[in-house]
Amino acid sequence: MKSINWTRNEVLVFGVILAFCALAAASDPNFLSIPTLTDLMRNSIVLGIFAVGAMVVLVSGGIDVSFTAVAAFAMYATTVLLRDVAPDMGWPVAFVVATAIGATLGAFNGIFIALFGLPTLIVTLGTLSLFRGALLTFIGTAQISNLPSGMRDFSRWMMLRGTDADGNFYSLHWAFAFLVVIVILTWFILNRTMLGRAIYAIGGAPESARRIGINVKRTQMFIYVYVGALAGLAGIMHASLARISNPQDLVGLELSVIAAVVLGGARLTGGVGTLTGTLLGVALIVLVRNSLIVVGVPSVWQSVVIGALILLGTGLPAYQALRAQRRAA
Amino acid sequence: MSTSTAPLVTLQGVTKRYAAITALDQVDLTIRAGEAVCLAGENGSGKSTLIKVLVGVEQPSEGRVLFDGVAQARITPTAATQAGVQVIFQDFSLFPNLSVWENIAMTAERATGTRLVHRARARARAREVLDRVGVALDLNARVETLPVAHKQLVAICRALASDARLIIMDEPTTALTEREVARLLDLIRRLKADGVAVLFVSHKLAEVLEVCEHVVVLRNGAKVAEGDASEFDAASLTRAMTGRDVAETPPAPLDAAAAPLLSVDHLGKNGVFNDVSFTLHVGEVLGVAGLLGSGRTSLAKALFGLAKPDQGRVMLDGVDVPLGDPIAASGRGIGYVPEDRLTEGLFLEQSIARNIAVGRFDDHASGGILNLRALWAEAADWLGRLSVKAPDPQAPVRSLSGGNQQRVVLARWMARQPRVLILNGPSVGVDVGSKAEIHGIIADLAARGLGVIVISDDLPELLGTCHRILVMKAGVITDEVEGGAGVSEEDLSHRLAS
Repeated sequence: MKSINWTRNEVLVFGVILAFCALAAASDPNFLSIPTLTDLMRNSIVLGIFAVGAMVVLVSGGIDVSFTAVAAFAMYATTVLLRDVAPDMGWPVAFVVATAIGATLGAFNGIFIALFGLPTLIVTLGTLSLFRGALLTFIGTAQISNLPSGMRDFSRWMMLRGTDADGNFYSLHWAFAFLVVIVILTWFILNRTMLGRAIYAIGGAPESARRIGINVKRTQMFIYVYVGALAGLAGIMHASLARISNPQDLVGLELSVIAAVVLGGARLTGGVGTLTGTLLGVALIVLVRNSLIVVGVPSVWQSVVIGALILLGTGLPAYQALRAQRRAA
Repeated sequence: MSTSTAPLVTLQGVTKRYAAITALDQVDLTIRAGEAVCLAGENGSGKSTLIKVLVGVEQPSEGRVLFDGVAQARITPTAATQAGVQVIFQDFSLFPNLSVWENIAMTAERATGTRLVHRARARARAREVLDRVGVALDLNARVETLPVAHKQLVAICRALASDARLIIMDEPTTALTEREVARLLDLIRRLKADGVAVLFVSHKLAEVLEVCEHVVVLRNGAKVAEGDASEFDAASLTRAMTGRDVAETPPAPLDAAAAPLLSVDHLGKNGVFNDVSFTLHVGEVLGVAGLLGSGRTSLAKALFGLAKPDQGRVMLDGVDVPLGDPIAASGRGIGYVPEDRLTEGLFLEQSIARNIAVGRFDDHASGGILNLRALWAEAADWLGRLSVKAPDPQAPVRSLSGGNQQRVVLARWMARQPRVLILNGPSVGVDVGSKAEIHGIIADLAARGLGVIVISDDLPELLGTCHRILVMKAGVITDEVEGGAGVSEEDLSHRLAS
C-alpha cells in the first residue's frame, strides 16, 4: 500500500527540490557541498519556526498574518529590555523573555478569535498593524547593532565548524537544534495528543467538533498562544543570528512563510497539513532564495519563480483532486 | 425481547414551547432495546425538537424523559450519552480530513479522559466495531474520499464505538441509492439482534418500514398516529403526515371558456422525467402531486429554464419559450418560486425591500441609473398588497417568519406582473395560519387571470387550491384528477404512493 501518491504536495515539492538541486549541480559542481547544505540549514531556522506556527494555525482552519509583527515586537522589546535593565544576563533569559512576550501577544489574538469569535484573518491583519505600530511608536525605531552580551554569546555558539576538501569554510549554528526540537515538539502535540487531534478536528469540521464535546475556544486559545510563543522565539533568534536587532525587520515575510506552508500541502480551508510538507516547503523557498543564481536565473526573478512554484505546487494537486472528484461523481 | 425490563427511553407528555410557538405538544414515546421505531413527520412537525430533547440540547417545557425507567430531572448531553443515546445527523458530523479509524474512535477515546493519542488502542477499537457491523472499510482512508453510504457507516460505527444503545438516525435514506438503503436495512437488522435500538426520523420512511416495529407520526408538534409498523403502508403514512389541517375552501370553478395559456408538449429530460404534456389555462390553478424523487422539482425547473429538457417544447400564448434559459422564461412572463427559498429564493441578509426590488432593476433603470424612488415605492406597494407583516421594510428578510418570507418571494414576482407562476412547495415550513393565507393568495392570483402551477406533496393543499391535479410518479404523469371535492384525499394518496 506504500505506493507513491502523486497527488500529495510533499511528493511534488520533494521532486521539485531534487530537480532544482540536479540543475544547480549541473551548472555549478560546487553546489553539492557541505557549505551549501549548512547555509541552507542556517537560512531555514527562522523561516522554519515561523512556518511550523503558521501551519498549526492553518490546520485549525484559521490564518495568522501577525506572527512577523509579534516576532519583531518580542525581538526588539527584549533587546531593549536587556540592554537597559540587565545587560549581563545570559541568552536563555533573553529567549525566555522573548517567548513570553510572543505568547502574550498571541493570547491577545486568541482573545479576539476564541472569545469573541472574530474571523482570524481580520483579527491578525489588525494586530499585525497594531503590534508593529506599537513597537515603532512606544519602544523605538533605531536598530541596535551593539547587542547585549548574552545575545552575542549565542551568535557564536556553533554546533560544528570546519573546512571541506576544497578549503571552503562551513559552520552550523546551535540554533538549528532549536528548530529540530520545535518540530519534534509540535509533531508530538499534533499527532500524539488529543489536543493536537482536536486542532485537526476543528479545522476539518468545527460544528462536528463542538458536537463531540471539543472545547473549541480553549483549543483556539492554545493555538494562538503557542504560535505567538514560537514567533517570539524565532524573533530573538533572528536578531541573535543576524547580530542586529532592527524593529523594521521581519514584517513582510509573513506571506512567504504562509506560501511555504501551503506549498507543503496545508490547506487554506483547514484540517490538512503535515510537518514534513511544511519543512519541504520551507526548504524549497530557501533554496530558491539562496541558489537561484546558481542555476542561471537572475535573482530579480526570485519572486516570479516563487510565485510560479506556489501556483504549480498548490494548483496541480488541487486540479488532480478536482478531477478525481469529477470521476467519482 | 423481554418486556419486563424498563424501556430504554420513555417520553411522557413532553411539550416544548418556544415563546408563543408550541413545537412539541404532549408527546409520548417508548423505545425498547432491540426495537426500531419510525418517527415520521413533515418539515416543521416537531421531529428535530424531539431529537434535541432526547439528546439534552433542549429541555422540555412539560413532561418527563426516562432513561432505563429512571426519570431525568434535567437531561444533559452527557447524561444522554451515558444512557447510550447517540444521534447520527443528516450531515453525519464527521471529520472529513481525518481517517476512518480516528473518526470512529475519537468520541470514545475522548470519553476515557486521555490526553494522549493511544493509536493502537483506538485502531483496535475501530477495527472491532467495523467487524461487529460486518463491513470492510480501509481504516486509513480519509473520510472525505468515501462515498456517502460509507460515511454513514462510519457515523454508525462511531456511535457504536461509544456504546450506543439507541441510535437516532436523522433522514437516513435521503442521500442513499436503493441498493445502499437495502444494505443499511441489513445492518439495522443485525444491530437490533444485538440489542441496539434505532429511531428513524424522517419524512420519507416508507422504505425503512420493513425493519421497524413501531411507527409514530407527528404533525404540528402533536402525535397524530401511532401503531405497529404492519398497520402502515406508504399511503397511510403519507396521509397521516400530510393530513388535513385547515378547512379549505375549494377553488372557484374555472370558466369553461378560459383560453389556453401555457402548453407543454412531450417534454422530457433523460433519466428525470418523460413525455410530460399538459395545458394550463388563464386563471387556472394546476397542481402537480408527486413525492420526493418523482421528478416534480426537475419539471418545475425545466419549465422555468433552470434545467434544459432533452425533448419537447413549452409554448406561451402559442409561441415557443426557449428551453433552458431562465432569463428568457422570466422575460416572457413565467415566474418560479423555489421550494428551498432560503438558499434559492432569497437574499437572507438583505432587506425585505431590496429582496423585492431585485427583480425589477431593468424596468426602473434609465441609462444604467436606477430610479430608486419608484423602485422602493413599488416594493412597498407589493408588501402591502400581499400583507407581509414586517416591522420595517429595511429589516433583513432573515428576521421574518416562514410565511412572510414566502410572501416576499411572491411579492418579488408579482411586481414583475408574470403571466404564469410556478410555486414549488409554497407552504413548506410555514405555520398553519400562514398556509391558509398563502392559499388565499394563490386563489387571488388565479382570479386576476394568472396561470398558477402548484407543485407539492401536501395533498390537502393541492385539493384545496387546484382546479386540476396531475399525479407524477417516477418522472411520468400517471393520472389527472379534478381538484376541490372531486376526489378524496385518501384516493389521491393511494394514486401517489401505489
